[in-house]
Amino acid sequence: MTGCTDPTILNLWFAIGAEQETTPCIVSDTVLLEEDLSFTLDRVGQPLVWRRDARWPAGSVIDTSDVSVTLPVKQAYGYIWTCLGQPSADIFPIEEYDEPDRRNLNAASIGVNVSGPRAIENFLDMGHFPYVHTDILGVQPHTEVKEYDVEISESRDEIVATRCRFFQPMASTASTGGADVEYVYRVPHPYCSVLYKSSGQNPQRMDVIALFLQPVNQERVRAHMLLSMLDEANDERVMRRFQQTIFGQDKPILENQYPKKLPLDPRAETPIRADKSAVAYRRWLSSKGVTYGVIPAAN
Amino acid sequence: MIKLYDYELSGNCYKLRLLMNMLGVDYEAVPVDFYPGREHKSDWFLKINPLGQLPVLVDDGVVLRDAQAILVYLAAKYDPSGNWYPVDDPAKLGDISQWLAFADGITSTASAARLHEGLFYDFDIDACRAGAHRLFRILDEHLWFAEKQDRDWICPGAHPTIADIACFPYVILSEEGGISRQDYPAIRRWCDRVKRIQGFIVMSGVFPAGPAGGRLNALSAA
Ligand SMILES: [Fe+2]
Repeated sequence: MTGCTDPTILNLWFAIGAEQETTPCIVSDTVLLEEDLSFTLDRVGQPLVWRRDARWPAGSVIDTSDVSVTLPVKQAYGYIWTCLGQPSADIFPIEEYDEPDRRNLNAASIGVNVSGPRAIENFLDMGHFPYVHTDILGVQPHTEVKEYDVEISESRDEIVATRCRFFQPMASTASTGGADVEYVYRVPHPYCSVLYKSSGQNPQRMDVIALFLQPVNQERVRAHMLLSMLDEANDERVMRRFQQTIFGQDKPILENQYPKKLPLDPRAETPIRADKSAVAYRRWLSSKGVTYGVIPAAN
Repeated sequence: MIKLYDYELSGNCYKLRLLMNMLGVDYEAVPVDFYPGREHKSDWFLKINPLGQLPVLVDDGVVLRDAQAILVYLAAKYDPSGNWYPVDDPAKLGDISQWLAFADGITSTASAARLHEGLFYDFDIDACRAGAHRLFRILDEHLWFAEKQDRDWICPGAHPTIADIACFPYVILSEEGGISRQDYPAIRRWCDRVKRIQGFIVMSGVFPAGPAGGRLNALSAA
């Protein structure tokens, strides 16, 4: 495989690791867009990312001032982000993250053998809840995906799906029973999605679950998951267990997708899969000229 | 009540949830943040298990580590029928024990491959996969000959034993480590039989037999 040559993708910020999982001054290795990278935090917690260098192998102690050539870097939502090209403006906002009563945590970074766009499409699809997340996010016979709205936001270049509702037996760790749960989905980045769902603790507000996909190559990702929850009752390990249980159920479904890249041609797959938000997402990727992790539509 | 120190995505923890559910034994699961918290290496957990491994089971003052050892304990104590672990049948106990050791081999190969793919463990992935295929080939042949003698389970007899429970999880999760079961038809049929045992439950990554499984296949093929 050759490296990524898609300029749209090369110029994006990507999360590559959780700050909390990164030990300061110890080298961690990862792969982004087929490029071997290393990263760490310095003594005051500032991240740095560089192209892998034999002088500083994974696990070694490093004096961060020795690394003279580094990649662009940002800290956002508990993760270290970098960019291999010319970084665009800021990383997309998630305003709720800064609300003082939120519990923000890195739920997991899990390797999945699928393209990023396939994983985003699955994240947007409510139809699989009763079959894949049985008795948690859905239950038969409540299988109907009710009518919802999808649009490209006027203020930002992102897809927004609203008025999504689904009956869920146990929507979160703070739930006490089944309820009709409201969802809002955002896709503010070709490889990231942010989902809002009515909070089990306070139905007037919404929990936030964000998926930041790090493409290792066109058919493999590291899926980083952020939770920003309204849940005073449960400790972190319980919230993480819930999210990892859900993601562990999605994993084999994702890994069995064929082809692993997402076809953008509207005729490529049956209409069942291509529901409204999936159609919007595919069109949006096409309009941006994205080629990495997808099978572009023939002109 | 029995306490199980548990991590949802662990196949070795799942073995114990599975057997306890089949036996109708109540227990309390104590979640341990294996990843990303690495709580199994924390001071408080190392006091319970100095090896820093899950699962651990605590019952009536007995503290046990090692999934296979715990299966032996649970079946010997909580299965009055003696089907799962026949304590008065030395030949069968020997047979079961040899397959419990085999299950450990599946853990160090197929489970290791899954940890490499999902959680970025630094293992030799090719060696893990080759080792798993070698064991799967042996298990497939064993089960194929068993079927020829009208036997459904790893060890002779009409009822499954803890050998089946010990081997099942990391076989059924093998594809997460990039190990296909396509060439092991007898293993595939045996997995389906395990899923039909009374009291069977799933974990993340494992799907039930029957209509729900069929529906999923239809979805992922679409
Ligand atoms: Fe899902």
